[in-house]
Amino acid sequence: MRIVVDVELCTGCETCVSSCPYDAIVMKDDKAFINEYCQLCRACLEVCPEGAIKETETAEAAAGTADRDSYSGVWVFAEQRDGRVADVALELLGAGRRLADARGSGLSAVLFGADASEAERLIHWGADRVYHAEDPIFEQFNDEPNVELLSRLIEEHRPEIVLTGATPIGRSFFPRVAARVRTGLTADCTSLEIDPETGNLLQVRPAFGGNIMATILCPASRPQMATVRPRVMKRGEYDAARTGEVLKIEAGGVTSRTRVAETIKEVSETMVNLQEADVIVAGGRGLGRPEGFEMLEELAGLLGGAVGASRAAVDEEWIPYSHQVGQTGKTVCPKVYIACGISGAVQHLVGMQSSDIIVAINKNPDAPIFNVADYAIVGDVYEVVPAIIKRLREVKGR
Amino acid sequence: MKIVVCIKQVPDTAEVKINPETNTLVRDGVPSIINPYDLHAVEAGLQLKESLGGSVTVLTMGPPQAEAALREAVSIGADDAVLLTDRAFAGSDTLATAYTLSCAVRTMGFDMILCGKQAIDGDTAQVGPEMAEFLGIPHVAYVGGFEEIAPDGLRVRRQMEDGYDIVETPLPVLLTVVRELNQPRLPSLKGKMKAKKAEIKRLSHADIGADVERLGLAGSPTQVKRIFAPEAKKERKALTGTPEEQADRLIEELRGLKCL
Repeated sequence: MRIVVDVELCTGCETCVSSCPYDAIVMKDDKAFINEYCQLCRACLEVCPEGAIKETETAEAAAGTADRDSYSGVWVFAEQRDGRVADVALELLGAGRRLADARGSGLSAVLFGADASEAERLIHWGADRVYHAEDPIFEQFNDEPNVELLSRLIEEHRPEIVLTGATPIGRSFFPRVAARVRTGLTADCTSLEIDPETGNLLQVRPAFGGNIMATILCPASRPQMATVRPRVMKRGEYDAARTGEVLKIEAGGVTSRTRVAETIKEVSETMVNLQEADVIVAGGRGLGRPEGFEMLEELAGLLGGAVGASRAAVDEEWIPYSHQVGQTGKTVCPKVYIACGISGAVQHLVGMQSSDIIVAINKNPDAPIFNVADYAIVGDVYEVVPAIIKRLREVKGR
Repeated sequence: MKIVVCIKQVPDTAEVKINPETNTLVRDGVPSIINPYDLHAVEAGLQLKESLGGSVTVLTMGPPQAEAALREAVSIGADDAVLLTDRAFAGSDTLATAYTLSCAVRTMGFDMILCGKQAIDGDTAQVGPEMAEFLGIPHVAYVGGFEEIAPDGLRVRRQMEDGYDIVETPLPVLLTVVRELNQPRLPSLKGKMKAKKAEIKRLSHADIGADVERLGLAGSPTQVKRIFAPEAKKERKALTGTPEEQADRLIEELRGLKCL
């Protein structure tokens, strides 16, 4: 896709020039011209009074992978930590099944580390086949062994699509695989669909801090690789009777130049994990002080939920980063998200806007959080939240 | 120790707004800044130089105006600045960008490469690790702390979802850094003056020994098919009254929806 100025329609009014966040619009011979620094953000499209700025399809494309059409199958790289498969892998098997069915191909999982029972679990959650490598080198996460072995498997078996979670592990090593195999990788996809016309994977993701959504294609290269955040896709059905194939893979001499000397878990007060919680009570800058989080913890406790935070609250060091929700934190999808003193900057919304029900409590009636809230409470957090706590205690009889 | 810090000039996406009528981005008044994560990378480079000696070179791939970002890095202490600029780079996705940067870095020579975790416009966090792969060196992503620094290796904290790992790595290495790592210093007056006069070295594709087919659009396996504004929300209920009344209403609503 390219954005171009129709010189026939351009009157040289220069209105578009200041609309470009990348200064990619310049005047040439009194007509606007969009140069090669255009990042396709579309800020200029509606700005032209003459409608001279348009999107066009491009013919140019990368050369791509030889024998592109011989690539087949959907793979999910199932991340494991401490011998346990991460939930995001199960969610991706759910998404992967849809994609595999649409392509008329099979769904496989790739598991490095963990034991045979975890491999079996992947079958029960929807994989037709699991490529399983058991080796002590996978007990701790280092990029290189995972990159080496996954790349080898990709080169040997030629899957068409390879997915993994957009987690610290996935986001660290998957780009190396894409570089080694020389293919396209799209990060943080919020939706994955097969284009019925071309069979290509349509990858939708936020960009520009979440201000826009982009549909990305990897038309000529294979495999098409994508990472997806936890809690964005839904798991498929668990079927205890489901059978499949587990293929033992030899880790054959993979090495690592880095070494994990120690793993430190940051223990937080709340017992319920943020990403699995059905209810999240989150605090932002509007709390004004770290003690505000004690109040939110009490509310979360009564609701059986977890405590989240906006980047502002984490920056203030009122609560550890592990509670951060948003573009540079976690993506969550609880049944109820209660945002307390959170303004609702786009970067935060990206991390929680798919929650089933959003409740916003904020002093400022114009706070952007109210645009995505199902229930809007304009008020002082320090009056409303205690009132909710009090009422809940009454209702619950404690 | 030769430290190369890769930086990117980006629009301040925290300030970018969407025009609700046209559903497009509004640029006016939004400044171009050094990608915030890259500032932390520059600061890390300066601190490492203070410990181990050597030099800090900042490198960016971008249009001519990206020079401003390079000068800002020089104003806080970077020794040299390199601008990779060429029409041939137009339309680069992360793979082509990482390839281009790694060709440049290979030409320049390095012991350590520092990058910010991600750029706040692209948000992919891919270029750093991809560069490390092309250069054949190890990398550690999401570095939030240095435990030990030595001329032949480092011990760093790698941020994970639920805490952090302590990772040992030999040199050369590429690190991507997060904001918790440090507090970037501010430029001194002397630094600003130095930045004004600094000579920015310009490199084109011919200077870096790059394979033309792997640059720009031709070297980009991914392409943008479409861009659109995120969905706006549906119905909203305002809960009014005293805090007690608001609390009552909310609990009633949530119970009605079987959420409690």
